Amino acid sequence: MASDILLEVNGLTKHFPPVAFSRGPVVRAVEDVSFAIPRGQVVSLVGESGSGKTTVGRMVAHLIEPTAGSVRFDGVETTKLSRRELRRMHARVQYIFQDPFASLSPRMTIGEILTEGLDIQRVGTRAERQERAVAALTSVDLPPDAMARYAHEFSGGQRQRIGIARALALAPELIVADEPVSALDVSIQAQIVNLLRDLQVRLGLTMLFIAHDLAVVEYLADTVIVLYLGRVMEVAPSRQLYAAPRHPYTRALLSAVPSPDPTRRAARQLLKGDIPSPANPPSGCVFRTRCPFAVEPCAAGVPALREMAPGHFKACIRDDIDTA
Amino acid sequence: MQPEPILAVSGLRTVFHIAGGDVVAVRDLDLTVAAGETVALVGESGSGKSVTGLSVMGLLPRGIGRIAAGTLRLRRKSGEMVELQAIGGEALRRVRGNDIGMVFQEPLTSLNPVYTVGEQIAEPIRIHLGRSRREAWAQAVRLLEDVGIPDPARRAGQYPHELSGGMRQRATIAMALACDPALLIADEPTTALDVTIQAQILDLLARLQQERGMGMLFVTHNLGVVAEIADRVAVMYAGSIVETGSVTRVFAHPRHPYTKGLMRSVPRLGEATALKEAGTPLPTISGSVPSLVNLPPGCPFAPRCPYRIDACVSAYPPLADTGEGQLSRCIRWQEV
Repeated sequence: MASDILLEVNGLTKHFPPVAFSRGPVVRAVEDVSFAIPRGQVVSLVGESGSGKTTVGRMVAHLIEPTAGSVRFDGVETTKLSRRELRRMHARVQYIFQDPFASLSPRMTIGEILTEGLDIQRVGTRAERQERAVAALTSVDLPPDAMARYAHEFSGGQRQRIGIARALALAPELIVADEPVSALDVSIQAQIVNLLRDLQVRLGLTMLFIAHDLAVVEYLADTVIVLYLGRVMEVAPSRQLYAAPRHPYTRALLSAVPSPDPTRRAARQLLKGDIPSPANPPSGCVFRTRCPFAVEPCAAGVPALREMAPGHFKACIRDDIDTA
Repeated sequence: MQPEPILAVSGLRTVFHIAGGDVVAVRDLDLTVAAGETVALVGESGSGKSVTGLSVMGLLPRGIGRIAAGTLRLRRKSGEMVELQAIGGEALRRVRGNDIGMVFQEPLTSLNPVYTVGEQIAEPIRIHLGRSRREAWAQAVRLLEDVGIPDPARRAGQYPHELSGGMRQRATIAMALACDPALLIADEPTTALDVTIQAQILDLLARLQQERGMGMLFVTHNLGVVAEIADRVAVMYAGSIVETGSVTRVFAHPRHPYTKGLMRSVPRLGEATALKEAGTPLPTISGSVPSLVNLPPGCPFAPRCPYRIDACVSAYPPLADTGEGQLSRCIRWQEV
């Protein structure tokens, strides 16, 4: 039985031109990224600065155009749509931003913020749009009287709830959430993650969840994709990724997260050096310059993403370290 | 006899004058840092952790923030004791340059873009230690090597923008160590860094602190980082220390409901999968951090606290001794 794929990304690539008046090289933000999200599932993109995770998210949400590759949404190629078709697509794919302080206009009431998208999409009557906005507010556990207030009257966690309500108001099929909890305090983070999980289960949402923090991703993601310097290092069902990571970068990333347990102040595997610039990525495997297992052939060619177990892929030629 | 601590803060009260009123940002704070010891101040936004650090450094925003009460005693490298809150101007600057090193979250705010990294590290060595230009430069290069910057002689001649984020933070650490301070104050030094770089910087700070026997006051919001680097911890909430003690003890047996709630809400790798599969929500603390302008009466955590009783709202609780140097600002600590 064919699974119902909502989003399919193939060979997605984004090169940014060098900054104006400089003779610098192009920035290879995303190189040849492919993945698919079945309807109702959460796929997470994880990586550090320069991994290209946000750039992938923006291309999926049609906020920027890819240099190459395809984005198929519900079976339709979306990289070559007209403006009018794109506008219709925006109602089906909604974006939640990281910073709940920067992403809500200080001059608009919450009601105006929530109905703006519905107005642009010309959904229903004015009264129906108001009704949908109130329903969206209620679904994120905010009172209807918030409609008449302004963003500055709310705390960071409440603002992020408003950002989520804005995305939900259009009843999108896909939500791209870009670091939605990383600007929040720890005690608030878990509240928002619980809310997203609850909405996702209740409304059957499909989600692309972007984060730098592997610990935040675990509760939401069905599948985790680990990116480094614009390339996919590992893809695995969430459970396998945390229990048995196979790529040396994923292992290093997991081991670098400081554990809130002082008795486990373990001898960590420290990665040497810095993350190289995406304007000048290493040849072959982009991780090889920091990899403790790098050998000569790693520089020769870009390692293919190979399936090691059902649904578990890695882009690494060193199979002999798998049990390490 | 116990040696006197490097830093002893007692009864600190820091007040901000905002929008026509006074806001108490730090309240009744006691804190000591001994030589060779790392003490972490941990808390969420508005907890007062950074303001405490700024109070010690004498860097409160002028005309807005002031120390309203308390003493901040620092033992200088010379052995002389100074009360930081009582001195100002040139005297304070001399103490700060010589005896206190500072590292902040964003290395670009501590580094001047128009001077080379080497010049910026050498400057305090010339001014505060009176070395010659040539000696100071050589010392700057040695410091850069010590903080793990490859090819230090070349890097010393470069400008901050030519360095990566991790390298810049190493350079600001070298700058903070230039005069061999007795106390290092690090305010969220790894928060702006990627996790693999954060691990390197924590490792570096721990090594330097050990080698030099400095006292370190480490301000952070990240409990994982506290567990990684600190000997003792003070947990802050709404301007007060609500719990303090050795890291091993506070993490194993938190005696304040806030600490306990915070520990439970920290995501731990590998544990969320089981909760998700069981359909159980992640543990949280309900509500949000109160505004300092409008603190609830009594215990500031009471409105969010599952242990709240009437007595919690009637009076601000004292720090209770729960044994083995662990203190909790909760009247029901025995039940937590």
